[in-house]
Amino acid sequence: MMNFKDYDIGPYYDEMFEAPNLPRPGAKLLAEKLESLSQDEILARQEAAELAFFDMGITFTVYGHTEGTEKIFPFDIVPRIIEAADWERLDRGLKQRIHALNLFIDDIYHDQKIISDGIVPADVINTAEGYFKQCQGIDPPGGVWCHITGTDIVRNDAGEFCVLEDNLRSPSGVSYVMANRLILKRTFPQVFAAAGVRPVEDYPAHLLQTLHDVVPARVSHPVCALLTPGIYNSAYYEHSYLAQQTGIELVEGRDLIVENDTVFMRTTRGLERVDVIYRRVGEDFLDPTVFRPDSLLGVPGIMEAYRKGNVTLVNAPGTGVADDKVVYAYVPEIIKYYLGEEAIIPNVPTYLCWRESDRAFVLDNLDRLVVKAANESGGYGMLVGPHSTQEEQDEFARRIKAKPRNYIAQPTVQLSRVPVIVDHGFEGRHVDLRPYVLYGSDIRVIPGGLTRVALKKGSLVVNSSQGGGSKDTWVLSR
Amino acid sequence: MLSRVADAVYWMSRYLERAFNQARFIDVNWLLTLDTPDHYGEQWEPLVSTTGDSELFYKLYERASRKNVIQFMTFDLNYTNSIRSCMRYARENARTIREMIPTEMWEEINILYHFVERAATRSDEVVNNPFAFCSEVKRRGFVLGGITSSSMARDEVFNFLNMGRMLERADKTSRLVDVKYFLLLPSAQDVNTTLDHIQWSALLKAASAFQAYRHLYGPIQPERVVELLLFDHEFPRGVLHCLGEAQHCLHEITGTRVGHFSNEAEKKLGLLVAELSFHSALEVIADGLHEFTDNLQKRMNNIDAAISDTFFSPSPLLDSSQEQ
Repeated sequence: MMNFKDYDIGPYYDEMFEAPNLPRPGAKLLAEKLESLSQDEILARQEAAELAFFDMGITFTVYGHTEGTEKIFPFDIVPRIIEAADWERLDRGLKQRIHALNLFIDDIYHDQKIISDGIVPADVINTAEGYFKQCQGIDPPGGVWCHITGTDIVRNDAGEFCVLEDNLRSPSGVSYVMANRLILKRTFPQVFAAAGVRPVEDYPAHLLQTLHDVVPARVSHPVCALLTPGIYNSAYYEHSYLAQQTGIELVEGRDLIVENDTVFMRTTRGLERVDVIYRRVGEDFLDPTVFRPDSLLGVPGIMEAYRKGNVTLVNAPGTGVADDKVVYAYVPEIIKYYLGEEAIIPNVPTYLCWRESDRAFVLDNLDRLVVKAANESGGYGMLVGPHSTQEEQDEFARRIKAKPRNYIAQPTVQLSRVPVIVDHGFEGRHVDLRPYVLYGSDIRVIPGGLTRVALKKGSLVVNSSQGGGSKDTWVLSR
Repeated sequence: MLSRVADAVYWMSRYLERAFNQARFIDVNWLLTLDTPDHYGEQWEPLVSTTGDSELFYKLYERASRKNVIQFMTFDLNYTNSIRSCMRYARENARTIREMIPTEMWEEINILYHFVERAATRSDEVVNNPFAFCSEVKRRGFVLGGITSSSMARDEVFNFLNMGRMLERADKTSRLVDVKYFLLLPSAQDVNTTLDHIQWSALLKAASAFQAYRHLYGPIQPERVVELLLFDHEFPRGVLHCLGEAQHCLHEITGTRVGHFSNEAEKKLGLLVAELSFHSALEVIADGLHEFTDNLQKRMNNIDAAISDTFFSPSPLLDSSQEQ
């Protein structure tokens, strides 16, 4: 029998147990089920789940071999459970945050009142890599800029949820939420049914609705497409999955052409007009006549078509301005400024290296802080102070002094933990959560999101590029 | 439907069908060698001749031994038509159009691809006894055919897929008939002997046509085997049946009625179907079966090229507008 007798929750907030051997109310059924199974049975289910991912082709290619070796995104079959009341607060908090961020982006690309009112310094905006002057004055349909957001949330040792960062450009991972759920339903059908887990299956329906909500005004039967960089992109599986599930066209730049400021795709019957494009291509690569001229992925002229209101781009180019990690530090003030409310989900305290006093503190405390580059993602350009060497700290001190605008620092959050299956039983591993928010005619949050887990013992880094895996996320309905 | 997608659907389908047919070719020859009297020896050369790729084969291998031919046709990545190469191309194409095909189809292709890749790591085992491997590839071919016919809407995707499959199948069945041309009988007196009959039966089995033949005709007679495999309208692997199906798909895609044409592909395919409908096996055998199938394959290649020009290449109009 596998049991939790020796499971050590440690000094962390454990998502499944409130004390040794005492599961949280919503996790009781699951704990009982797991304890009723033999070790062989659990390992067999784990193996079956991994094989299913492999057969379904939900894999990525490991580079550096002459023959591409395929691997699945590591997956642990013990789900992470979020109780109904906790979720209700997250749901409200996320809607509030996205609402405010959208108003912020719209303001930045129009009157910039928040700057003239002295809330956010002009410098911060003008130096943000995600800010594009080219987008100034654009009015996207319904005033919506950030249609699809994946916000990273962590839980600290006190069990409080905090926002770690906002991903407003092209957040990925939602396809894994769906795939994890599909597999988990096969793995623990009885617990699943009894626990009252809120479904995630309608994400594609909501995504499609969101695209239809933001069509250019003149269109009654919109043609929607998802623009992908192509088969070699690491998120290609997700692109094709979403296109399949929503029934929209999956297009590459070379399938599109702009004529008379209108976007068309090349079909077997000639050109067909496209009305809404869910772009999974970065702004930089979207239109070589406006952004990077060397880009082969994009579509010449698409920005002019967008500016003229002949096509809607989702997410709107320019949303990355709210993605910047320095701007992130201002989000509580942004919420207060536009909505007159306190942030429901707080930020992790953040030090901005371009502020002299913050910088001095950061440089003095590199061994205790997490330092992040303001514009990088995927766990790159990061220093985890407590796990770093003196050399690494010296290197970051040099980088911060050279380019203070580019760095922020945060205290090391002791992320909450969830049990994962290891050879001989269960061990706690740190997790975060990326819920997905859709914004069309209203704001919808998918119940749950992607739980990423740092599979390496003791590690706090959950990014898949850094050895992270994932789990199914169960939001309970009561 | 995007031109790029149509191209990928068509080629995915052709490569799959090609892989299944390679398995059929190996399978039939393998069974044949088991039934062949000792003094007659194993004939693997005919298989290479039939593929039309013997030049490449002899660049890579010294002689057409059983081991070499099976290795070449199953796993050799230098050979673009080996089962392994075909599955790689088929899966790569499927990956780019995953959103357009049924999930079950993608999964079957993916599973088969991994099956072949794994088998390639123990290729000696397969080369020594290809039966289990070929059976599995063939069986999965039937599964994929079932998915195609029972889960795809009869839309453009289906029509491009089925057209590719039917053209490839017609080509391969014609090559199968050709195997008999290359197969040697020990002497002229052996015509119409047990050995001759075994060879013709083996062809029928490779085309999954043996039972159908027995029901229709009974005893093995070469001209009737040829009739069934080339000119039968109803037999699903028969050349004329496949070309007729391909023609139907092509006209569904364009909306042009059969008997008319709106592009070169329709014209060429229509002509070929019409001509084949008025051929008889006896005439063809009298004039030379090999010459006939050789010509048939050339014309099918021309049809393939016309399809590519019509649907997959960007039209001249688009190119000129890009240059303005």
